[in-house]
Amino acid sequence: MRRRNSMAVAVIGATALFAMTGCTTDPTVDEPGGGGGDADSVEWFDQEVYDRQAAELEATPEGPEGQPWLQYIDPEMIDTAAYASPGPKKACFSNASIGNPWRQTGWITMNEQLKVLQASGAISEMETRDAQDSDDTQIADIDYFIEEGNCDAYIISPNSTAAMTPAVERACETGKPVIVFDRGVQTDCQTTFIHPVGGFAWGIESANFLIDNLEEGDKVVALRILPGVDVLEQRWAAAERLFDESGIEAVDYFTGADPSEIKKIISDELAKGDVDGVWMDAGDGAVAAIEAFEDAGVDYPVMTGEDELSFLRKWDETGLTGLGTVYSNFQWRTPLLAMQKIFAGEEIPKEWVLPQRSIEKEELAAALLANDGMPDGHYARFGGEDLPGYPTVWQERIIP
Amino acid sequence: MSATTTRRRRVRLDSTAIVYLALLGVIVVGALLVGSVGRNFFSDGNIRDILTGMSVLGFVAVGQTLVILTGSLDLSVPYVVSLASLLAADTMRGNPANIAQGVLLALGVAALIGLANGLIVTKLRVNGFIATLGAGLIIKGYLDTMYKGSSGSVPREFQLLGATGLGPVPVSTIIMLAVATLAYLFLRRTRTGHHIYAVGGSLDVARLSGLRTARPIIVAHVLCSVTAALAGLLLASRLGVGSPTVGSQGGYDLLSIAAVVLGGTLLAGGRGTIWGTIGGVAIFAVLDSVMSVMQVNPFLKDVVRGVVIVAAVAVYTGRAVERRRPRFGSASPRADAEERAGTR
Amino acid sequence: MSTPAATRQTSRLASAALTLVSPRGAVFLLLALLLVAVAILNPNFAEPGQFIRFVQRVAPVAIVATGQYFVIVCGEFDLSMGSLITAQVVIAGNLIGQDESRSVPVLAFMVLFGAAVGLVNGLITTLLRVPSFIVTLGMMLALLGGVLFWTGGAATGNPADGFRQIGRGGIRDVPVVDIIPWSVIILAVVLAFAIWFSRRPFGRTLVAVGDNVTTARFAGARVWWVKTAAFLISSLSATVAGVLLVGYAGVHPSVGRGYEFIAITAVVLGGVVLGGGRGWVVSAVAGAFALETLFTLLNVAGVPSTLRDAIQGAIIILAVAYSAAAFRSRRRVRTAHASPTAEATPPGETAPVGHADG
Repeated sequence: MRRRNSMAVAVIGATALFAMTGCTTDPTVDEPGGGGGDADSVEWFDQEVYDRQAAELEATPEGPEGQPWLQYIDPEMIDTAAYASPGPKKACFSNASIGNPWRQTGWITMNEQLKVLQASGAISEMETRDAQDSDDTQIADIDYFIEEGNCDAYIISPNSTAAMTPAVERACETGKPVIVFDRGVQTDCQTTFIHPVGGFAWGIESANFLIDNLEEGDKVVALRILPGVDVLEQRWAAAERLFDESGIEAVDYFTGADPSEIKKIISDELAKGDVDGVWMDAGDGAVAAIEAFEDAGVDYPVMTGEDELSFLRKWDETGLTGLGTVYSNFQWRTPLLAMQKIFAGEEIPKEWVLPQRSIEKEELAAALLANDGMPDGHYARFGGEDLPGYPTVWQERIIP
Repeated sequence: MSATTTRRRRVRLDSTAIVYLALLGVIVVGALLVGSVGRNFFSDGNIRDILTGMSVLGFVAVGQTLVILTGSLDLSVPYVVSLASLLAADTMRGNPANIAQGVLLALGVAALIGLANGLIVTKLRVNGFIATLGAGLIIKGYLDTMYKGSSGSVPREFQLLGATGLGPVPVSTIIMLAVATLAYLFLRRTRTGHHIYAVGGSLDVARLSGLRTARPIIVAHVLCSVTAALAGLLLASRLGVGSPTVGSQGGYDLLSIAAVVLGGTLLAGGRGTIWGTIGGVAIFAVLDSVMSVMQVNPFLKDVVRGVVIVAAVAVYTGRAVERRRPRFGSASPRADAEERAGTR
Repeated sequence: MSTPAATRQTSRLASAALTLVSPRGAVFLLLALLLVAVAILNPNFAEPGQFIRFVQRVAPVAIVATGQYFVIVCGEFDLSMGSLITAQVVIAGNLIGQDESRSVPVLAFMVLFGAAVGLVNGLITTLLRVPSFIVTLGMMLALLGGVLFWTGGAATGNPADGFRQIGRGGIRDVPVVDIIPWSVIILAVVLAFAIWFSRRPFGRTLVAVGDNVTTARFAGARVWWVKTAAFLISSLSATVAGVLLVGYAGVHPSVGRGYEFIAITAVVLGGVVLGGGRGWVVSAVAGAFALETLFTLLNVAGVPSTLRDAIQGAIIILAVAYSAAAFRSRRRVRTAHASPTAEATPPGETAPVGHADG
């Protein structure tokens, strides 16, 4: 009897609590745009975006010479006079993570850029919350900034596209400038979205390089880091289509960026037959792939990697036919500079497309010379040569 | 005589009390640290941040407590969380009329997974660690093959679950605490709940006492998967979509086990409370929040978490906590009866 | 009429066959099946040169499985192995750099570091009585975070070639196999040591402690030292694997990730029971080989990488279920033969995690 009573009390209590909700509701939780109704699985290839990026690859960027982090391609400028105000401003940065060498390099560069802007009085401080690759944490981080941060502007590097959209929209609702960079979100309420040309462009350049240097019927092993990350999926989507069209046999594997896995995969493939080319959607672990060919005693493949120094150095050392595709690391400088421009009332592009120039054979030696002494996890296109602290801060890899 | 019984009673009571004392300590230190960077620990935004951080892990940890009490483990929870979020988001497709359907589907599939786990553990006699490790890998393979990225969409009405609050207290935390209360009552007041403790305490003794030892274990696994699905639903509500990686992003398997052990539950089973687990979850949430406000290097955050987990557990087990209560020959029959009545 | 010798012969064969299907031996059967399957799909695999390279790449996993075996057989867990491997690999990369003369001192440091980690794991588990699951979980988080913090994300690349030869090179120009990799030699040494060790009194005490701590304690074993020794062995095996991986895989923060779960899976595949008290170290190593052969089979068969995890999960469950069932049935047979007053029900030997006290 008592047991049933206490259960009843608990249930009634719970219902009462439910009934009391609605006292505070976040009014910015909007109806999702466009409703659901999509297919279960996201199809990554988008012809329209593909064509646009292919065109952007060919275009000449506008902006100051020799400063690619301030250049933009085919911009649609917006007026930021409404935000113009004097005095140093506080930036609140919600970072997806610093969980891979590319992000770590960018993070170091961003902090050096911050020092310059602090010295010039444009920015007072930048408070950062690192979400350690978790969507849930990043949403909480953005909400915290909105509530507690006293932010003058929000800088967001989203962990994933769809999941971060509601949080970014909430940030927009505050009326302060919102700068999104690297991966995007499914809204355009933000003040500007900064990114290099994109994943399809990467796929196009790398696949075309392999196609040009190989013959029909040759085999390419594609090493991919993770499924489901849109910047990476777009690269493969474009490359796969191009390989299909030109009769190159491409087989893809997920590696988790583990060099040990990469070596095993390549060894197994070499045991099955010839491997003529290697395509990677990121530079991590490129060295292990090349070494697998050495260990098996076969010729080096035609290979596309990234501007990560480990790959560039190995490429130089072995003399293989290679290409260092790039996802411009210097984009980590641009958000702070954009923030400075916004508060100065200057025009900036609504979608700030940064140039994305691969490292080709001709440029290899110069890139290595310029980055001599940098650790292997450093990226050649980091764009920090004119910042204070160059080269020591990057050489010593001090994570701020 | 009475001095001995008082001492023994005090020793046993402390297990859960210690967690909350530790929590208090962490809050005090946290408030000081947060104050030193010019923020108020007790402000609305900060409290909301901490409570939000508690909700998802809290759901998973409540279920994990039940499983650990039976002497088993559940390592498949992160994948159940992801799967639940995907099933719910895909079924709802942005249409509020589908909410009930989506929720039921997610809970139903999770219950089946829990049933499978429970059956593998009891009928195939496979260790819980291995059974759920294997089950988790199977679900992971399914997720990786069927879903290439986030999918589905959650209607506004359901998103309110993750966004609404009672003052600074989010609705999700209230629901989580309600579920924790139900779990507590389940363990304390129902026969199956008592059987869970019995089976965890000693499988053989339980069987010789006439219990069907399989049932509580299966029930515990089912409830664990269901609470994991609740966590997945909450995440779907917060993210607005279902995601195949949201479960692994949070590290819910090892963190939930850590929270449960932090809360005073024995990993071998048979002793422990839900409220202790909630205390453990709260300690993690406060820790994470304070480290974020202090802008601690993310690599150092992991070091702190690791050290805190070990140090906190060392505090209980370092004391002479009796694992086996004296069955006979205690000083006072009243103390004996009190010991046997509850496991607080 | 069969002679006693013939009877003995048949019964020996019969017992050998029984062993093969017992949990202890089943893993060898599984391994043989998998190897044959790979060889059928890819005939190159059976070539001695290729095969020895295959053994080279399994070596780190097998060594780690050996270490984990000793920990599991005494009733504990070591979840910190993966992070320790990563830490060792990064230490090697950072401290040796391009200066080959530093190889030996750094190697000595790595061994000391590994021993220190094992000691800490063991002492906290035995003296502070924190469950090993928790201790090694905390150590896993702290080690990885610490090493990444120290190196700023472990950006330094591969160290000088000399050190890397341990994992990559070997004795060249050998007839038939063309190269005997150092990894294979090291694996053979580790395996020999493990077998020798498990036959020694101390090794047997380890198993006894896993089976029943109270009895072992009454029999005079210093339980804290026994368990700490197991953790030491486990950490040192992770260190050796790290040294091999520096050569094989290179320096990268994701090297070694997940090794603890692979090791536990391999050990369990080899018929060792979680909770301790039973198992043979050679079976654990065979389990490691079986696991890696399974992965190779999936690669060679062209199974999409996304399905690999599901297959791995299913195999793990089936293998352990088979183990448990086979053991129970043998137990029932044995007790039925042993005495008519055998226990009515076999004791619950399927110990859930940590059921063994201590």
